[in-house]
Amino acid sequence: MSGRVGDGVVNVMIREPGRFFALCLDTGRAMFRWPFQWREFVQQAWFIVSVTVVPTMLVAIPFGGILSLQVGGLIRQLGAQSYTGATAVVAIVREASPLVTSLLVAGAAGAAICADIGSRKIREEIDAMEVLGIDPLHRLVVPRVLACAFVALFLNGLVSVVGLMGGYFFNVMLQDGTPGAYLASFNAIAQLPDLLQAEFKAFVFGVTAGLVASYKGLNARGGPKGVGDAVNQTVVITFMLLFLENFLISALYFQLVPSKGM
Amino acid sequence: MGVEIRVEGLTKSFGRQVIWQDVSLTVPAGEISVLLGPSGTGKSVFLKSLVGLLKPDRGHIWIGDRDLPRLSESKLYETRKLFGVLFQDGALFGSMNLFDNVAFPLREHTRKRESEIKRIVLDKMEMVGLLGAEHKLPGEISGGMRKRAGLARALVLDPEILLVDEPDSGLDPVRTAFLNQVFLDLNAQIGATFLIVTHDINTARTLPDNIGLLYQRHLAMFGPREMLLSSEEPVVRQFLNASKVGPIGMSEEKDESELEAEARSGQDPGRLPPIPPQQMPSDGLIRAGMHAPGAWCAAHGVTPPPGSFVDEQGRDWVEEWPRYVASMTEAAGMAGSVPSRPGRTDPSRRRYDAGAES
Ligand SMILES: Nc1ncnc2c1ncn2[C@@H]1O[C@H](COP(=O)(O)OP(=O)(O)OP(=O)(O)O)[C@@H](O)[C@H]1O
Ligand SMILES: [Mg+2]
Repeated sequence: MSGRVGDGVVNVMIREPGRFFALCLDTGRAMFRWPFQWREFVQQAWFIVSVTVVPTMLVAIPFGGILSLQVGGLIRQLGAQSYTGATAVVAIVREASPLVTSLLVAGAAGAAICADIGSRKIREEIDAMEVLGIDPLHRLVVPRVLACAFVALFLNGLVSVVGLMGGYFFNVMLQDGTPGAYLASFNAIAQLPDLLQAEFKAFVFGVTAGLVASYKGLNARGGPKGVGDAVNQTVVITFMLLFLENFLISALYFQLVPSKGM
Repeated sequence: MGVEIRVEGLTKSFGRQVIWQDVSLTVPAGEISVLLGPSGTGKSVFLKSLVGLLKPDRGHIWIGDRDLPRLSESKLYETRKLFGVLFQDGALFGSMNLFDNVAFPLREHTRKRESEIKRIVLDKMEMVGLLGAEHKLPGEISGGMRKRAGLARALVLDPEILLVDEPDSGLDPVRTAFLNQVFLDLNAQIGATFLIVTHDINTARTLPDNIGLLYQRHLAMFGPREMLLSSEEPVVRQFLNASKVGPIGMSEEKDESELEAEARSGQDPGRLPPIPPQQMPSDGLIRAGMHAPGAWCAAHGVTPPPGSFVDEQGRDWVEEWPRYVASMTEAAGMAGSVPSRPGRTDPSRRRYDAGAES
């Protein structure tokens, strides 16, 4: 009995991460092998965009609005209404947009990729591919990971823009803020590195989501139920990893890039 | 020409579950071998190990002078080009239609022009009886059709070794008979080494040159067809008689008490029926790997039951054989080079296509 538990612990703590890491390295190597699978990349990128754009916007608008309402109310009590625009920037561009992006990339793109690769695995398509002399990492995983990263960059930009517009709308229309103050404070505190670090985060999130989804898909077994389990695990593991990465990158960013004074 | 597969002391387990251990056998070059075994004894796992999809715990798989489990990734991909594999469920690419599925290996590994690819693909599709279904997606056809399309894809690069996992599951008896004929003719034409996993006793009795039986995590027996068909081994007799009596139970093996009860009541898997004549390739083809009927029995002092080797038309193939071979080789213009066994096929002996010089 204790042997079983011990096995499980070793599996979760050492073997699985080890195998995942090996897959990451192999994928990294396969990435530089010629020829690059452009067709697959474009198809996947388009597919991921199609499953994420609408939900992203639908999440981003209320997100910007809620931030404005909550923070705006608080700031008004402190008597600093003119800084609502600034807080929206910090909140949305730096933190909220990578977070929303990560939720969507993990929940929609990761799940779809894992389901796709997992069902290929249980139909033995992956085995057949290897027997036919094609490396599935090069053919399937690399284009998907890169497509995920590429779309995450794009989604992050989209969330920032839509979120800020939502914030502006709520602040100006509903909380009687003035457009001038919003934009002015925006300028006072926003800086380019904010956007760059957010884009960097988005890229890392995209790569992570793609790799986890591929790993779980390639290791799916036990029929359709196995694929379902793999998708489930993909979403949970990706969320945890993305939140961890988000924290680490933010912490580093604050150490490395000084905030603009007000 | 076909390549020999030499397996030595192969062992495979998943976690603590040992699938089979110490499996040693030689699949002779250019011959058709069949692997039998109760469901779940790891026949599919064995095939996957032979192409390096699963790594055995111990042992060697020699393909020529290359030991498959110890090859580098790139060498492994290189060696796999010798293989054609038909998986249990066909393993077609779900996003491509049948034509693209079959054309896939050609497009990936050759520089043939599209017109030539089309010719080859349609040729193979006709061979498996799927002409007219090229534009269907794998999701839109029956299981038996998927099997046949998978076979066409496995054949398209003219492999040296063909591994086939249950060609007859999900196929009607008529199509199974046709498919067996396709295997025989293919073997005569391209001379590839065949290893076929099947549950179909009729196929096992009449198609192959060699039969193997996996049972209880071991290779119970592997040898010429006549050896297994005249075996005294209870497991072999039970399996080939499709009998409930014998050591194989519903879940793996029977326990002692059941076996004792069977022994006390004098139950026995029964003697095996007469050895049927081996199925022949279509007219004009001779397979290099064919054993002369009765040769193994004669060489090993086994008396086959009366009526063995007599086919439906009443011809006794022990007598018919030399005449058959003479007429075929004469038709092919190569009198004298008669394949007759027992013994290993001479690797220098090539295939004999009637009408075509070789
Ligand atoms: N990837 C795997 N991981 C763990 N166990 C596996 C794996 N593949 C197969 N097995 C186990 O190996 C055993 C043999 O499976 P296999 O599919 O080879 O049987 P089989 O002889 O082909 O049966 P059938 O005749 O029904 O096709 C089964 O008990 C199965 O649970
Ligand atoms: Mg099987």
